[in-house]
Amino acid sequence: MSNTNTAAIERNKRHMGLKASARISNTIIYVLLIVMSIIWIIPFICIVLQSFRMESTGRVGYVIPQVWGIGNYKALFSTNFPRWYLNTFIIALVVAVAQTIIVLCMSYTLSRFRFKLRKGLMQFMLILGMFPGILAMIILYRVLDDLHLSGQYGHAVPGLILVYVASSGMGYYVSKGFFDTIPKSLDEAARVDGANRAQVLWKIILPLSKPIVIYTILTAFMGPWGDFVFARYVSQLKPLGMNVAVGLQSWLATDTMTHNNYTLFCAGGVVVALPVAILFMCLQRYYVEGVTGGAVKG
Amino acid sequence: MKRYSDLEYLRLSKGQKFLYKLTSFFAAIPRKLWNLVLSIGRFFKNIGVGIAREISDLVQTFKDGDWKTRTSYLVMGFGSIARGQVLRGLLFLLFELVFIFYMIFAGGHWLSLLPSLGKIGPHTEYSEVLDTYSTVLGDNSFKILLYGVLTMFFIIAFLYTWRANIKQNKISEEILRSGKPLKSGKDDLRSLVDDNFHKTLLALPLTGILVFTVMPIVFMVLVAFTNYDGQHNGYSNALFTWVGLENFRTMFSWNVGGVNYAATFGEILTWTLIWAFFATFTNYFLGIFVAMMINKKGIHLKKMWRTILILTIAIPQFISLLYVSKMFDKNGIVNGLLMDLGWIDQAIDFWGSTAHSGLLARVMVILINIWIGIPYLMLIATGILMNIPADLYESSRIDGASGWKQFTKITLPYMLFITGPYLLTSFTSNMNNFNVIFLLTGGRPTNPVASGAAGSVGFTDLLITWLFKITTGSDTKYYLASVVGILVFLVVAIISLVVYNVLPSVKNEEDFQ
Repeated sequence: MSNTNTAAIERNKRHMGLKASARISNTIIYVLLIVMSIIWIIPFICIVLQSFRMESTGRVGYVIPQVWGIGNYKALFSTNFPRWYLNTFIIALVVAVAQTIIVLCMSYTLSRFRFKLRKGLMQFMLILGMFPGILAMIILYRVLDDLHLSGQYGHAVPGLILVYVASSGMGYYVSKGFFDTIPKSLDEAARVDGANRAQVLWKIILPLSKPIVIYTILTAFMGPWGDFVFARYVSQLKPLGMNVAVGLQSWLATDTMTHNNYTLFCAGGVVVALPVAILFMCLQRYYVEGVTGGAVKG
Repeated sequence: MKRYSDLEYLRLSKGQKFLYKLTSFFAAIPRKLWNLVLSIGRFFKNIGVGIAREISDLVQTFKDGDWKTRTSYLVMGFGSIARGQVLRGLLFLLFELVFIFYMIFAGGHWLSLLPSLGKIGPHTEYSEVLDTYSTVLGDNSFKILLYGVLTMFFIIAFLYTWRANIKQNKISEEILRSGKPLKSGKDDLRSLVDDNFHKTLLALPLTGILVFTVMPIVFMVLVAFTNYDGQHNGYSNALFTWVGLENFRTMFSWNVGGVNYAATFGEILTWTLIWAFFATFTNYFLGIFVAMMINKKGIHLKKMWRTILILTIAIPQFISLLYVSKMFDKNGIVNGLLMDLGWIDQAIDFWGSTAHSGLLARVMVILINIWIGIPYLMLIATGILMNIPADLYESSRIDGASGWKQFTKITLPYMLFITGPYLLTSFTSNMNNFNVIFLLTGGRPTNPVASGAAGSVGFTDLLITWLFKITTGSDTKYYLASVVGILVFLVVAIISLVVYNVLPSVKNEEDFQ
């Protein structure tokens, strides 16, 4: 009797100990998570607060503005910023559509068809991807220049769209991984019922592929907002051809410029980030699916 | 080393087993690398054999074929038209005509200039009408090289089509001999949405890749063997021409015009590899760690923690990078706050301090990259962690495994197994991570070893940002950028090949279907 009792007490003790240790480890985790969240969020809070600072334009050693106002946002309209915004927006829209079509064509084909050069093609693109993309840019911008499609001629938009879209077929991995997970028996059943391959794609596969289509559109749309290198090459630093990334960076190029434009940059950053971030947050689910699926399947 | 049989192996102690596995892994590396070399050799041998087989096949087809087939060797598509496949035949014929037309009126011209890249440079000429001397532009080396490459591509395409045309004849003959009818033009068109649907789907993407990726890369690889730079831009100031391996010699020389390119390259490459290593693995392990913290049983508000982290993905990177870069600047808010608090008397020059090869800037870049990268890894790790069978943990707990043991024995091996290929691509893309470096530091602090080398080189410069600087500054040296690009490719290719061959094969494509 006493023996079982002590055993029960012992068990109870261990149980309590476990609980206590779990509580301690959970508390540590909460503290860590809170610290992390602060570190992760602070820059964004700073950028928003600074964009409302009216008393000076440069960098200061404090975060909360002394004089609040929306003057910086108003001032954006007297700069080239609306033009950059429009440029980027048009590019992003067109790229979102065109790139999605190309990527889906590519990935669907490589997932579903078994043709002679398929393996070779995939290996070739893998090797091609090992060359730094900037290398191709050096010549492409001169070709675009010859075609009068560069910033030299005041409009880098068509040239940039061409550059983004044309080689986007190489980014087929994630959506190919998705198509691979759709059972082939679906295709075969439809083929038996007399559908040709194009109909299989339109009527069977695409309706099942909503998540990956949205993922592709989302990443294609977000790419141009953050692209710096290609946009800088093609715009050749001529203000009318820039996108937001190149434009806003040009405001902070030197210390004096930073002194004059810092709060303006913050306001511009907020205006750029807000719609993109909201869109992203709304479609987050699809992004997470794509990213996790893509990483697992390579 | 001594090899154990299975039985002997089982009798070993734990430490011996581990040691055995480790040594046999490393002992296998030379053999695996040798196999790699062999397979590369086999690749080239296969190409040679393939070409020889094609040629003998062409000869054989000519011998065996009827007059329609033989005429097709000269007039493409003739056989097809003569056998009633008008659509195919006309397409072949049209392609041949376009090719001949192009070669006579443009291609021949560009090809003939390709060996010299232009003979007459820009020069002054006396104009009798205006009675003045004026500058006249001569050849354009850039265009010659560009259209020369284009013409070569066109010739290859033509040869391929010509070969397809002959194959077509051979097949048609065989079909007719067996008494079956040939496909009509209508059948051909219909097959484009059915049996040949993959050709329709691939046409546009592959054309884009060919014109906007393959062509430029071939062009740039060729540029590495020329002296194309700001002073020889090919038309308005001077022509550029072939220089052989001169540029590679420059890159590996200790002293070219007072510049030590070899040391510059060596330093940047070393830092690029160190950076890629730390950027990849700090993010990887910390990302897993964060994901495990959020996923732990008993932690509430999971969605909120995740959303906060994801914010860095949602906001375009250049904004956060530029902002953080300015935060840690000498006049930035971090220094301002630290001085207000009285923790430091003098601003810390995060991006400018050259002490210990710019160690401070280098560490900062890696730390900020963690800030950028953890959310992404957290997402990936969360997805994979949820896929680990729960009963693995359950049974290990019954066996009395601690949390740490579960992590090292279950979680980590599983993660590494699944994400092996991802780690590799992540490593190579970090090597080429332009945005983080360029927007954060711009390559600062300046590296004195590289003084005088094209583009002002700094301690945090990666090969890719160096390449960018070489091509955009006031003193552009495209040939040098091209050499750097080729070397980047070689480094990435070697790392990938070795890792793929040394690591146990991680995945089989068809497994997922």
